[in-house]
Order: sequence, then C-alpha cells, then structure tokens
Amino acid sequence: MSTSPVLKVEGITKNFGGVRAVDAVSFDIYAGDFLGVIGPNGAGKTTLLNLITGFLKPDAGKIFYQGKNITGWKPHKICELGVARTLQMVRPFYHLPAYKNIIIPLCSPRALKLSGSKYGERDDIALDYLEEVGFERDTAVPYKPAGILPHGYVKRLELARALAMQPELLVLDELFSGMSMSEVASTMFVIEKLREKGITIIMVEHRVKELVRVANRLLLLNFGQKIVEGPPMDVVSSPEAIKAYLGTSEEVEQ
Amino acid sequence: MEQGKKQFRKERIDRGIYARSMDIFAISSWQEIAYLLLPRIVPVILLLAMPLILELSGNTYWAKVMVVLAILGIMSMSWDLLRIAGMFSLGQALFFGLGSYISAAFNHYFHWPIFLTIPAGTLGGALLGTVLLTGTLKLRGIYFAMVTLAFPLLLVRAIQATNFLGGTEGVATDAFPNYWVAAYVSIGALLICFFGFRRLMNSDWGLVARAIGQDDIAVTASGINVFWRKIQVLFIASGAAAFAGTLITHLLMYAGLSSFSLDYSILPVASVVIGGSGNFAGALLGSTILTFATEALRALGPLRIALYAILMVVFALTIREGIFPYIERRYHQFERKVELT
Repeated sequence: MSTSPVLKVEGITKNFGGVRAVDAVSFDIYAGDFLGVIGPNGAGKTTLLNLITGFLKPDAGKIFYQGKNITGWKPHKICELGVARTLQMVRPFYHLPAYKNIIIPLCSPRALKLSGSKYGERDDIALDYLEEVGFERDTAVPYKPAGILPHGYVKRLELARALAMQPELLVLDELFSGMSMSEVASTMFVIEKLREKGITIIMVEHRVKELVRVANRLLLLNFGQKIVEGPPMDVVSSPEAIKAYLGTSEEVEQ
Repeated sequence: MEQGKKQFRKERIDRGIYARSMDIFAISSWQEIAYLLLPRIVPVILLLAMPLILELSGNTYWAKVMVVLAILGIMSMSWDLLRIAGMFSLGQALFFGLGSYISAAFNHYFHWPIFLTIPAGTLGGALLGTVLLTGTLKLRGIYFAMVTLAFPLLLVRAIQATNFLGGTEGVATDAFPNYWVAAYVSIGALLICFFGFRRLMNSDWGLVARAIGQDDIAVTASGINVFWRKIQVLFIASGAAAFAGTLITHLLMYAGLSSFSLDYSILPVASVVIGGSGNFAGALLGSTILTFATEALRALGPLRIALYAILMVVFALTIREGIFPYIERRYHQFERKVELT
C-alpha cells in the first residue's frame, strides 16, 4: 500500500446562504480503502460528495487526488482522472433502453482512452457492465426502457454507469436506499468484488448495519462537521455517534 | 372449425417486415420493399420534382414558395436539433438574421460573389450565434428560452438606433443567377440537413446529445463535458439556421430588420408543435404545412394568424405528439386479413 493518500481532503467548507453545510472537514483515503460516511439527515454527506466530485465548488479548503490539487475542477475533469460517482436521486435516461444508458459514460474521454471502443462495439461492452451489476444478460431486462425498470434495477444501472468509466475511486451516494433486502445483498456482493479489484470506495449510506460489514473506516458527520473517524465498530459504538443520532441522555431525561 | 366457411384473423404486417429488413431477406418481395421505401422516397422525389413542375408549367409564384418551404424547413430542423439537446430556443431568428446580414454585408460592401457570401454567412452566423449564446448555456428550460427571445430583439433595436448596416432600410444584395440555382441549392441543403441530422442523432454522439436534453446532470456524472457538447450542437444548429438566412437574403435581394423578426423564431416552434418533435421529419412536415397554409390563406389577411392560433390550440389538445408520429404509428399498424388454416 502506498503511503501517500489517494484522496486528501483538507478543511473543506461549503456554505449555502447562511447554512454551513460542510464545515472544515478533513480526511485521507488510501488506495484500497473503503470509507463509509454516515450521519443524520442534513449532516452534509451528499454535499461532501458533491464537493469531492466537482459538482459544487468549495468555499474554503483543498482537495488533492493522487497528489494533484483538484479543488474547483469541473466534474468531467475529475472524472477523467478516475473518480466516478453515482447520484442519490436516480436519474436514468428514461426513454433509452437500459444498455443505451451505459453508452453515454462509454463516450466519456476516460472510457474512450482506456478501452478505445468504437461505434458498434459499445453495445456489447455496455451489456457486460450491466451483467456485472446483476442484470440478467440473456433476458429482455437490459433492453427495456430505463423508465419502466424496477427501482432496484435503476439503482444498479446507476452503479453500472459509474463503473463504465473504469474508476479508481468510486463515490457511491446512498446506493442502497429503496432497495429490497435481497437486492442489497446481491449489490453488496458486487461491491465486495470491486474492492477485491483494488478500487477505492467512498460510500454514503443510511444502512449502517451493511456499511459496517464492508467498510474498513467510517466517518461520522453531523451539522457539517466531522465528529469521529475510525474503524467501523469503534465509530458506531462511540458516545458521539449515539449523541448524533439519538441526542444526549440528559435531553432524554428532560 | 365449421366446414366450408373460411375464417380470418387480422395480422400486423410490419412485424415480419421489420424482422426481415434486418437481413438480406428484405429484398425478397417487392411489396415489402415498397412498404419500407415508398414513404422515404416519395417525399424526396416530390421535393426534387416540384420546382421543376411548377416552374416549367409557369407557376413562378408557387415555384418560389418551394424555396421558402426549403428555407423554413431548414429553420425548423435546426430548432428541433437544439430542442433535442435540451435547448428550447425562442430566438431562432438570431441565427437567421445573422446569416442574412453577414452574407448581405459581404455582398454589398465587399462585392463578394454569391457562392462565397453564402458560406461566409453560414460560418459567420454559426460562429457569432454560438459565441453570443455561450454565456447562456448554463440556463435551462424557460430561462434559456427567455434569453434567446431577447437577443434578436436587441439586435433589431441596435441596428435601428445606430444605422449600422443600412439601419431600417436594410442592405441590397445580388440575386441568385437564376431560379434553378435558388431552388436546388435550398432543396439540396434541406435534404442534406435532414439526412445528416438524422444520421448524426442516431450515432453515439447524438445519443449523448439526446441524453443532455433529458438530464444534463446525469450526463455530467457520466464524465462528459456537457458545456462543450452543447456548444457543438449549438454550432451545428445555428449554422443551419444562418444558412437559411443567407438563402432568404439572396432570394429577396435584400437583408433587413425583418430577418430578425419574431416570425422566424415562432415559425420553427409552431412547425414542430404541428409536425412532431424528435426525428426531423415532423419538423419538415410541420413547416411544409405552415408554408402552404400561409400562401393559400394569404387572402384572409390578419385572420390567418387567428387561424394559426386555433390550429396550435387544436393540435396541443388533440394530437399532442404531432402529425408525423401519429401518421408513423398508424402506418406501422396496418393490418391484413390472414386466412386461418
């Protein structure tokens, strides 16, 4: 494992009007890490991901990816370096067949550079990615319009869209939300395989139970601030975590 | 089954043809070839033959209408191209007027011949139009529409106030050498735009453009530079519209404030509402209907506009998808009787 972090976030801050959504958060991720980000609703988790992937510009702080300062870069530039993300709100291209949705990331500069695919070959590559996330290849499912797929498939379509960019750092924003238990289980399997391949992962998730199983580190955010960071079980059982989710015992007594 | 009485069932004819058309078997029957090719070839032949028929039979007025038809057809398709990529423009007249004025200026002030001013107007209009709208590409939906609506109005007032490029009087230009050049340059360009745009939109580049029209954030998350893609689409669309502008300049032998008028912004929108959006055939059909309606109803005067308004309302309420998708669907639903055996 290399000693320099893949992603280094230094005191990053973002304000929305008077609200400080992310407040001076710093952390490092090393190659092969699986960082879980947890926190109550409105803690700033998605904003943090938006800052890392360039969808928002930070008001203060710096982000380094593989030693390169990517603060304030455009999203497609950050993608080109190998950071791919899924979106919390599923946004498939509803009228296109599911596999055509994957053609779009395959047309991104990074995918073109790495695979060198040509027009006509991309359908097959797209089907490969869909198979990887659990679309049954020899059925009608990958050919159906994305708009009529069940929610679980749409979520996995979103994962396949990120994978098509062949990321080195994968940023997952509440991938499991709205999935059934069996879909979560099979997607967990996919994610574990990705990790074995050496892809570094940041995952925001409300299903802490599942996250604790796969992540090797957890980061707890509340009101935009980093509360605790460390091994999953330590973070989950820390008094700060209980306070963030449930409040303090004095408050309960009153 | 009863004896001696034939029984029939209905069968869609397009499914088998569709399956066979993927392969060499498409040429197994002339009926199927006709079913597939006639709706594609007949309009093209009609477009190419109409100027010939009209001009030779002495209908010079209607022959000129064919050129106007081609010009408005190109405008409508360029509008549809922008809309597909998520740019709902209410200012197509901006590109039209830029093309018109640039070619007129080169012709009038520098005495360039027509075959140079038309490319110059097209390229200049595309470049200027793209540069002017680059700042607005971040806007979506109604905000983009409002800004584009303002641009042609702004240029009209600016030319009026500064007397630049002839002010209210406009710029006089050379005409086309003869009718045939005008007719076949414009109709040829129309066909090139039509088939070119369709081919472009069916490629992976077009797939990305369509996706941007549906959801640009998801395309951004797919690692694609949405801004740059939009500029490419804008450049192509504004080039086509500017080309239409150069044609009208040399057809009317004049470039004036009317080429920035609201009519040229609204006509493409109305064409696509009537004809149907997404595959350019609808835009073409819509603009054809509107052109002929305009000419045929010229005697009605201002009432014509009222008729348009009623037409728009009727279409918006009944055939919302537009005429072309409706006809296309019906055409594919043709059934034939098949004897049960």
